[in-house]
Amino acid sequence: MSEHADPNGTSSRELVSFAIGDQDFCMDIMLVREIRGWTNVTMLPHAPSYILGVINLRGAVVPIVDLASRLGLPPLEPTSRHVIIIAVLGDQTVGFLVSAVSDILGAQPSEIQPPPRIASDPTAGFIEGVIASDERMLRILNLASVLPRIQMPETA
Amino acid sequence: MSLKVLAIDDSRTIREMLRMCLAKAGFDVHTAEDGVAGLETLRDVGPDVVITDINMPRLDGFGVISAIRAMEEWSALPILVLTTESAQDLKQRARESGATGWIVKPFDDVKLIAAIRRIAAT
Amino acid sequence: MSSLDDIKQMFFLECDELLEALNDGLTDIEASLTSGALDPEVINAVFRNVHSIKGGAASFGLDALVRFSHAFETVLDRMRSGTLTPDEASIRVLHRCADHLSDLVTAGRADESPDIAASGPLLDQLGVLNDIGAVPVAPEPEPEPDQQNDAAPEVPEDTGLSFAPLALGIDLAEPQDQESARRFEVVFTPTESLFATGHDPVHLFRELAALGDLSIKAETDLLPSLEDVTPNIPYLRWRLELEGEASEEDIREVFEFVDGLAELDLAASVANTPPQRENSSPISLGCDGDVIPMQSAPVDGATDPSPETSVHETPGKASDQPVAATKAPKSTVRVDLDLVDSLINIVGELVINQSVLTQSFSEANVANRADIGNSLDEYKSLALQIQDSVMSLRAQSVKQLFQRMARIVRETSAVAGKAVVFETDGEDTEIDKTVIERLIEPLTHILRNAIDHGLETGEDRERLGKPTRGVVRLSATHRSGRVLIEVTDDGAGINRARVFDIAVGKGIVNANAQLSDAEVDRLLFMPGFSTKEAVTDLSGRGVGMDVVRSAIQKLGGRISINSTPGRGTTLSISLPLTLAVLDGMVVDVAGQTMVVPITAVVETIRPTPEDLHHIGASTQVIKVRETLVPIVDLGVAFGYRRGAVPFTDLVLLLIETEQGERWALALDRIIDQRQVVIKSLEGNYGHVPGVAAATILGDGKIALIIDPEETARMAERDPAGLLELAVAGE
Repeated sequence: MSEHADPNGTSSRELVSFAIGDQDFCMDIMLVREIRGWTNVTMLPHAPSYILGVINLRGAVVPIVDLASRLGLPPLEPTSRHVIIIAVLGDQTVGFLVSAVSDILGAQPSEIQPPPRIASDPTAGFIEGVIASDERMLRILNLASVLPRIQMPETA
Repeated sequence: MSLKVLAIDDSRTIREMLRMCLAKAGFDVHTAEDGVAGLETLRDVGPDVVITDINMPRLDGFGVISAIRAMEEWSALPILVLTTESAQDLKQRARESGATGWIVKPFDDVKLIAAIRRIAAT
Repeated sequence: MSSLDDIKQMFFLECDELLEALNDGLTDIEASLTSGALDPEVINAVFRNVHSIKGGAASFGLDALVRFSHAFETVLDRMRSGTLTPDEASIRVLHRCADHLSDLVTAGRADESPDIAASGPLLDQLGVLNDIGAVPVAPEPEPEPDQQNDAAPEVPEDTGLSFAPLALGIDLAEPQDQESARRFEVVFTPTESLFATGHDPVHLFRELAALGDLSIKAETDLLPSLEDVTPNIPYLRWRLELEGEASEEDIREVFEFVDGLAELDLAASVANTPPQRENSSPISLGCDGDVIPMQSAPVDGATDPSPETSVHETPGKASDQPVAATKAPKSTVRVDLDLVDSLINIVGELVINQSVLTQSFSEANVANRADIGNSLDEYKSLALQIQDSVMSLRAQSVKQLFQRMARIVRETSAVAGKAVVFETDGEDTEIDKTVIERLIEPLTHILRNAIDHGLETGEDRERLGKPTRGVVRLSATHRSGRVLIEVTDDGAGINRARVFDIAVGKGIVNANAQLSDAEVDRLLFMPGFSTKEAVTDLSGRGVGMDVVRSAIQKLGGRISINSTPGRGTTLSISLPLTLAVLDGMVVDVAGQTMVVPITAVVETIRPTPEDLHHIGASTQVIKVRETLVPIVDLGVAFGYRRGAVPFTDLVLLLIETEQGERWALALDRIIDQRQVVIKSLEGNYGHVPGVAAATILGDGKIALIIDPEETARMAERDPAGLLELAVAGE
């Protein structure tokens, strides 16, 4: 389970693609623990606006990130139709609110291009690569950069 | 009937070593963690041999031996003193208080069993 | 049945207890130097602690440990016999010896070679105390003249061998060699005391018979006529003839225990000569008038001297084997901490599940089913019992931590050359094991700083009219649902002018900044502010307090400092009871369900307009029994509500901090009081200001547990923007 599968490596990557509003993204399937429907969250005071709150995931307190808001897109108004992708990064378990999960796809390293440098794109800083196919453009999220900064990082 | 041995020592480690060694030899082993508990166990189990440490809380080994010798029904009970000191005066004291024999810690199985056999009907 | 390895593990566990008791005892003795009252049992117990370590260590061939504990106990033995009176100097040596003993145990446990070099100086000091010069480091000091074989046998380092049968048994097991066969004649005349010490000649003869062919005759020439017989006086003498390969030494060994209790004449003669008949009427042990020859081949398997008998039982003996009779020792089980944690989590779920069920029941409109209600009550009580037990698996008293710190104090004070009285309080306070482990480092730093930087030198103290010995105090208590650990010294206090200068010099604050005392004190915790070269010139070991602060914060704790110039400094560490259960008050704060730790709540108040007073533009206070208490609106503090709600519509919770400060927390409604499972927010998210942790309520939703003090401080003032650190008010 690696956070950053080597983009120049030869092995193909499996990715989970999902939609936020009308835009398509994907993340490494190795990071995804489960996908679940939206449940009401408990608000966290003094939290950044993209932190919707925390939910009870089988006894663990898991923060939910509004990916849209985090990526600088119009925030989602969560309903029961929305989806939470639970991802695990290192010791941290975090849920991401997305509009819908599309499918799971494999990508050869050759298909993955470096992110285009478009200054106006608010998501640019969070993208580690792009897969262009037909009329779709899939952006691969760098989850680590999306994560809320943990206030008291465990350095031990 | 296997020989009933009561081992009294305040060190859990020594108690377990005695238990292991004596049980291997086929003895029926009972233990107590100090002199007072030893005398209580003595009345409960009626051992054929007592092995006792000297330095113990509540009642030391000399006290245990004197107490046993003072009871008519136990006055001839074989008692081995377990001591880290092989000093002569300690043996002398043990004997004066009525000990039958002594064994020096660290003991080994063979010597301990041999010592018991020299004083009890195994 | 336990193996030797199991027993060895047990030995090290026992050592931990013994060392703990030893340290306690030494501390008691030390305290008695001033109080004057010393229970002799304390010294006895201390002696036994060391003695037991020595006894066990000898069994496992831990030679360095044996040697050191022997020298140690020798001095303690003199103390308990009263020939050596403990004083400050000797107690200091004994403390250091206890520390070293602990090191030797640790080395033994880790299978590492012990630090014998460190033993040397301490052995010398023990030798001085023992008034006999240095104790030789090399051999075990007590070979025994009449126990050449038994006394201090060389135990090989490989402990598996310490139980190996010695040569004695093996020799006997060999087939008899005619050429080495010898004949011994033994005349054995018991005295009265032989029988008074539980001996029975029969057992001795049987053991002798195991060495060869034995014939026994009882001589009755000393037997008086019946009317003259005094009970308990032995009148018999035995003449024994042993033929076999046994040596004189073997024979003497059989009679070892009766040495001095009987006359023993031993004469060797050539083998195969017929036994001489004495002119005496032989009396057999069986009283049938015949000599009973006893064969070396034992009838009874138990007398078989071959060492194998202790391992492989003959079939006849197997039935006697008291397998079940070996009582299980009161033992401990070592469990992977992860397993305990997973258990704690599952039990937490169980408790939540129970409250969900209870809630469903109350909503299901089946209140007439008292049986269900009763079962649910029982379920609840069982679930909570399990939870308590499981939690206690992780909880540990801080005692060992404190003892470890006592050692740090001793070592530091020795290096710093400052005499220190170390006091502890609340050793029985229980904290999560992990928290205890992670407190070692920060506490070590704090204590070193207290001695190095806090305490003045003895001369300075004298000049200031203070007792020459500085006092450092370490305490632990449960307070407001948290654990409060305090380190107090009676030293010089923080030199604030100097701290400020250094901070300016390091560019941490602007030279023109107007800082309150508390704000200056907090500078000590700033990253980059090292007291090392600065505040005092001592030690070179000074550790930046920012390291301490971050270690404490990682534990979800807070650290605050309180100092009075000339009087000393107190560092307070307040730790959450992570992993624990908390008695909580479930409240409604502007529509959000939250939990307030009940321990923090002094009382609840429904304010009337007359109770409320305005101070300044935005602050309101409430008068509680003649004192004015500031009100904190939780809804506003947490950003759940913007506009002010009149406090008369709200409920106030009066809370009190460790330092005795009071606030009134305003909230909408009290919903319930219940036990809640503490869930960390920090693992997946991070610290939320004013929030101690989270919990899961009966409906499965998460509720935040309020940290009342942090919330109040946050709301009360924005502390200089330097740190989010809570600081004790001055």
